Amino acid sequence: MGTNWAWFHRFGSPPHVYRLAGLLTPWFAWPAALSILAALYGGLVLAPPDYQQGEGFRIIYVHAPSAWLSVMIYAVMATAAGVGLIWRMKVAHAAAASCAGIGAWFTVVSLVTGMLWGKPMWGTYWVWDPRLTAQLVLLFLYLGYIGLRSGIDDLGRADRASAVLALVGVVNIPIIRYSVEWWNSIHQAPSVMKMAKPSMPMEMLVPLLLMFLGFTLYFAAVMLVRLRAEILRRERSASWIREALR
Amino acid sequence: MSEFFAMDGYAAFLWPSYLITFVAIVANIVIALKAHASARAAALRRLEGDPAGTQT
Amino acid sequence: MTVSKAASSWQAARIVLQREWLLAVRRPAQVLQPLAFFAVVTAMFPLGYTPELAKLRAIAPGVLWVGALLASLLALEHLFREDASDGTLEQYVLSGQSLTWLLLAKTIAHWLLTGLPLTLMAPWLGVVLGVPLTAATGVMGALALGTWTLSLLGSIGAGLTLGVRRGGVLLSLLTLPLAVPVLVFGARATELAITGDSPTGALYLLGSLAVLGLTLAPLAAAAAVRIGLE
Repeated sequence: MGTNWAWFHRFGSPPHVYRLAGLLTPWFAWPAALSILAALYGGLVLAPPDYQQGEGFRIIYVHAPSAWLSVMIYAVMATAAGVGLIWRMKVAHAAAASCAGIGAWFTVVSLVTGMLWGKPMWGTYWVWDPRLTAQLVLLFLYLGYIGLRSGIDDLGRADRASAVLALVGVVNIPIIRYSVEWWNSIHQAPSVMKMAKPSMPMEMLVPLLLMFLGFTLYFAAVMLVRLRAEILRRERSASWIREALR
Repeated sequence: MSEFFAMDGYAAFLWPSYLITFVAIVANIVIALKAHASARAAALRRLEGDPAGTQT
Repeated sequence: MTVSKAASSWQAARIVLQREWLLAVRRPAQVLQPLAFFAVVTAMFPLGYTPELAKLRAIAPGVLWVGALLASLLALEHLFREDASDGTLEQYVLSGQSLTWLLLAKTIAHWLLTGLPLTLMAPWLGVVLGVPLTAATGVMGALALGTWTLSLLGSIGAGLTLGVRRGGVLLSLLTLPLAVPVLVFGARATELAITGDSPTGALYLLGSLAVLGLTLAPLAAAAAVRIGLE
């Protein structure tokens, strides 16, 4: 093993990650708070009502970023799980473990806000729209992951088994999305809810992009706090903790 | 102001959406901080019981 | 039954297949129960909905597929459990043969004992749902490919839930969401077959899932079993 692996081991060492996560958290948390607040003002006050959906379109500022987080978090979780599985890196497993709960929360948020948006737009809370359906399946994938993790008592085994599941899930998600789109195109007329409008005016688009940024930074901050908790939980007998917790 | 909160009749759908998102954001912060605090407390208790801090 | 190091991969696979066959002959209940379950579930729908065949025909693809899905999940619970508790899987790991390969043989055996009988049953069960026997080839083609992919997906889930108490429910929770594409394409192919249209397009999609599953699932299942045996 050459010297160029030093950074990798340093990066994977729990004390280093614990300290680094602590240092980084405020650098994610405050910009997250600022951009979410700015985006709220931009989205609720500055942006003009949509020409078709009126004021109702403003649900997009919480729905779309939640949906984005739910998918992104799964990708982060699977990447961390893969790193943990391949390089047997405990910290990466801890990172994957800290992702799942947050991801499930925001999948639920995207589903509920999608339903609340659907009621005025479709006239009913639930339509088997491909996006909503795919989100529902994603929620089941998260629940399976969390269930498997909590079903296995031995932490090392829970880490590796759930990592395999996360990787299987990440291969499957694009296929599931494709199949659901395909299914929908056969059985239903295209949905009324167009989310990615390329013609969205700047006053609407900028707050949305800010919201995406804010949610992503928020996730990073919360995930780092959870990661520190996971590391402490796993490494509680190590002597470095004495230093770190002083 | 009341016109802003009425949201042109969409209030019943718009504000609950924002509320549940807000709840999720706050809840996740609380969960994360609590998890860290309890893990920290457990680690400290462990260190007190085992001054060398090397035994499992 | 141990697999000797000197045996070739083909011999090893044949030994695994023979062993599964012998076990099935000795414990026929385990093979027959999922099939009976499939029949019972299917018969519940006319009783719970309507005896009108025209209406039942409309929901027949969904009924047959959900029934087949649940029946094969029922069987998947036993895919690795007994072999893990009596040490057979341990022997597979130590045999010097590729675990991936041995588990693939075991999954093939599982499909031959579950998926294939389900496939052969489906057109006859379809009759009680108003499905004409002219649709039999399409229905069977779809179910053959679909249950094959389900067996592969299920082998991952069964491996992952090896060390889990009350793993049966968890196995369903893990496997069903992953089976969504199989269900979608399979039900569509069945529907086309019932209405007398060509199901070829949907069958191709099912076939590509089957091939993708064949290339990736045994690797994941082997990783899962290794983790489960630790």
